[in-house]
Amino acid sequence: MAVLLIADVNEGALATDAVAKTLAAVASLGEVHVLVAGTGGDAAAAEAAKLSGVSKVLFADDHAYCHGMAESTAALVVGLAGGYSHICGAATAFNKNVLPRVAALLDVMVISDATAVIDADTFERPIYAGNAVQTVKSADAKKVFTVRTATFTAVEANGSAAVEKIGGPGEAGLSAWVEDKTATSDRPELTSAGIVVSGGRGVGSKESFDLIEKLADKLGAAVGASRAAVDSGYAPNDWQVGQTGKVVAPQLYVAVGISGAIQHLAGMKDSKVIVAINKDEEAPIFQVADYGLVADLFTAVPELIEKL
Amino acid sequence: MKVLVPVKRVIDYNVKVRVKADGSGVDLANVKMSMNPFDEIAVEEAIRLKEKGIATEVVVVSIGVKQSQETLRTALAMGADRAILIEATDNVHTDIEPLSVAKLLAAVVKEEAPGIVLCGKQAIDNDMNATGQMLSALLGWSQATFVSELAIDGDKAVVTREVDGGLQTISVKMPTIVSVDLRLNEPRYASLPNIMKAKAKPLAIKTPADFGVDVAPRLSIVKTVEPAGRKAGVKVSSVAELIAKLKDEAGVI
Repeated sequence: MAVLLIADVNEGALATDAVAKTLAAVASLGEVHVLVAGTGGDAAAAEAAKLSGVSKVLFADDHAYCHGMAESTAALVVGLAGGYSHICGAATAFNKNVLPRVAALLDVMVISDATAVIDADTFERPIYAGNAVQTVKSADAKKVFTVRTATFTAVEANGSAAVEKIGGPGEAGLSAWVEDKTATSDRPELTSAGIVVSGGRGVGSKESFDLIEKLADKLGAAVGASRAAVDSGYAPNDWQVGQTGKVVAPQLYVAVGISGAIQHLAGMKDSKVIVAINKDEEAPIFQVADYGLVADLFTAVPELIEKL
Repeated sequence: MKVLVPVKRVIDYNVKVRVKADGSGVDLANVKMSMNPFDEIAVEEAIRLKEKGIATEVVVVSIGVKQSQETLRTALAMGADRAILIEATDNVHTDIEPLSVAKLLAAVVKEEAPGIVLCGKQAIDNDMNATGQMLSALLGWSQATFVSELAIDGDKAVVTREVDGGLQTISVKMPTIVSVDLRLNEPRYASLPNIMKAKAKPLAIKTPADFGVDVAPRLSIVKTVEPAGRKAGVKVSSVAELIAKLKDEAGVI
């Protein structure tokens, strides 16, 4: 039996990086079909069809599945489940919302945030904010899981799978979308950026956070934030990196004014190179940083911007 | 309207986690345990609904070892009215899986008939982020996950959800399951008089058999290891040296 991969589609656009990295994670499991759901997903379905390792794209062209509404989308996936041994998706807000619901409807236990697929039944996943890594073996007939994509390399777009239109149960009638408040930005997306510059409590205010953004723009980087910075209102919630925010593994992670609580480290410790700028030389962030600069960020960051 | 809030006893978020030598899991013997931080936010929100006159009673439920009574007493001291403990294991190292927890909660919901279930979006021990969604599926109710704003209006609730690109507002049909995120509220501390009063509040003790639910796990633990460590690197003395290292040594800019 094959693998059904649930694609993230936002406003008709495929979350290509997330899907391509999930494809890399499940490559050993065999044939993969990708589900693209929602009206206006034609282009997303076509893009998914090009990804290497995809043997078929299922396109459910129905308004009920727009905006990733969990109840309708889960019902659609459950209707397709009969033909699959594995049902999975990237561990995004969308799949974390939908796939546990799918698992319960199929009476199987979900496996969240898999960091490795060992074999058809066995998965590795971080627990306790990444302070331990557990290998679990599922006794369920079908496996439903999400993949933490940060450390996988995206598959290439050199395939040409067929796109098959499918129907589904339609609107579940339990919930309705009202609005999305998403900031548009020219910066790279946080979870796929090669460089991430993050600010913490030390940045001190929403206004000072401009400095972090300027450094990010100088480096062509995405902007991240610690929970403390988000809770203090310096940065929006979707910039949060950590146990309960996003997990990133860029080539370069620059932590500015971040002390380095374990909950934050959980979201960035797989970065290739970590730089920490903090005036407190005892800050735990220095224990994971490849390069540490003990300095006041308000003098060091402007100097860095100027000299880069 | 009655509000049901599931709470979990987990390792305190400040405690350094140690993996047991036999690889079966994390050592939880003689370490400080607390209420899962996300569940505290759910309890706080439930109490606020009662203070606003929207909720009439706040019932908290915990599933696990008998020591979870302490967690329930904390919730009662914060302001919950009554508690239910489902003693599902006598081993502090046994984590009852979200699917089993959801089945038990579904049975409690059928008995208690709450108008809303408020739960934490994830427990900070197994980090599964699944119980709310699974409970909603088993009941056939609507679900509102990762919620940072909640407004109940008659037969529907309008919620703001924290999603990857920012915030999403949806409207869900009541009754509903809400899984709460960090920024919904700041939980109160229980005052000493309330801690004393909580000792007299009702706490019922049940077992999974009372609800006819099998809590046997579906996942078996093959091994648990410490993550690959990361060594501290070097301290640089100036911005110029930092740039030079990043260019010449690391080659990342």
